[in-house]
Amino acid sequence: MFRRLPDAGEARLAVTIDGKPARARAGDSVAATLLAAGVDHCRTTPVSGAPRAPYCMMGVCFECLVTIDGVGNRQGCMVPVEDGMAIEIQHGRREIER
Amino acid sequence: MNATTSHDVAVIGGGLVGSAIAWGLAKAGQRVAVLDEGDIAWRASRGNFALVWVQSKGLGMPQYAGWTVRSSNAWGGFAEALKAQTGLDVCHQRPGGFHLALSERELEQREAMLKRLHNQPAMQRYDWEIVDRERLRRMLPQIGPEVVGASYCPLDGHVNSLRLLRALHVGMRQLGVAYLPNHAVDAIAWRDGEFTIQSSGGAVRSGKLVLAAGNGNARLGPMVGLAVPVRPQRGQIVVTERTAPFLNYPVVTVRQTDEGGVMLGDSLEEAGFDATVGTGVVSAIADRAVRMFPLLARLNVVRTWAALRVMTPDGFPIYDHSATCPGAFVATCHSGVTLAANHALALAPLIAEGRLPPEQLEVFSARRFDVPAAA
Repeated sequence: MFRRLPDAGEARLAVTIDGKPARARAGDSVAATLLAAGVDHCRTTPVSGAPRAPYCMMGVCFECLVTIDGVGNRQGCMVPVEDGMAIEIQHGRREIER
Repeated sequence: MNATTSHDVAVIGGGLVGSAIAWGLAKAGQRVAVLDEGDIAWRASRGNFALVWVQSKGLGMPQYAGWTVRSSNAWGGFAEALKAQTGLDVCHQRPGGFHLALSERELEQREAMLKRLHNQPAMQRYDWEIVDRERLRRMLPQIGPEVVGASYCPLDGHVNSLRLLRALHVGMRQLGVAYLPNHAVDAIAWRDGEFTIQSSGGAVRSGKLVLAAGNGNARLGPMVGLAVPVRPQRGQIVVTERTAPFLNYPVVTVRQTDEGGVMLGDSLEEAGFDATVGTGVVSAIADRAVRMFPLLARLNVVRTWAALRVMTPDGFPIYDHSATCPGAFVATCHSGVTLAANHALALAPLIAEGRLPPEQLEVFSARRFDVPAAA
């Protein structure tokens, strides 16, 4: 779906997406990391369960909510990716334990 | 007389008290107009905590406890009637409710207060109990280590109060009530059995009058011979982002709404007509809530607000009928949600008949404040 620009830096950071290893580039947001990794949705909605993907990429639309390191409802586009992050697709409503 | 603007009853105030009474009056066959203020109104009905609450109410006036129990018992049928009529679910639930104690001393004080309440002569009997920590954990597994116990009452519950206000407005209009927004009332005259109400939206005439204007009743009451000593009392509320359901019972200061947000509240401040939010109170509310349920600390707060309760000197409602302007009634309380079922199903039919039976409602007359304080 997305391909990195040829002059983009090397993807040196190691993260997991739903437990599977993936690579990220320093400076990527979590949402960009997901898109670059070919993930086609980052959450399902609480009401209908429809799959949603990052949309505005600037903190406005809240479509990119994901679970990061065990905390739900985080805006993936506003969180810079870090080495070792555990990113999870969020299914429906956030749970208070997550 | 201008027949086109004359109604059987004019209700001043379109909040929960006024709209519940107007809905009940229309059900009783009355032709009703509701005069509502504009968006400048304080509107306690849009800022409340939405409990339908029984436990701890009525110390000093056991009849108020009985009146509250009656409304709690009528609430299920009231919610069903609104849904059947309007299609709107106000999400009434009555799983019972808790008041949590964060120390042994708090729990002892709570138990002593409830014993005093229930030992009053003429107190209506209903179930309540003190629940120890171990039993409490089975019902509220997320309580924190500081919670030592709680009082529980199976009659307690909660609703979606914004949807209640909407359902009452939809319902009363379906029943033919004339809703008149932007009708802030300036003056009321009574002559030859008819009220003439001068408002910013024009004059309205009616045979009977109900003052249900919250804190505005203090100003309006004397226009028709009623003393209504009410004052604003500020409450602040914090609400979190929505989460999957985890809290199966409302707690007096913490409840999860039908939509998933968690409301934290129950502050009391004497601040006059000032509905600003202060970080000091909000911090205290959040701190106590997190001590009760430590997992709440993980949630994002999305909004805080303040609203003004409508408070009488003793905290109990006022229901009164004017002696000098027959047909003028006042209904005012700080529990417009809890008492909505009574206002619609019990009070409105009495107003439709034109009298408040003394054996039932005398105790709520504002004449109780005429007694000089003991020296």
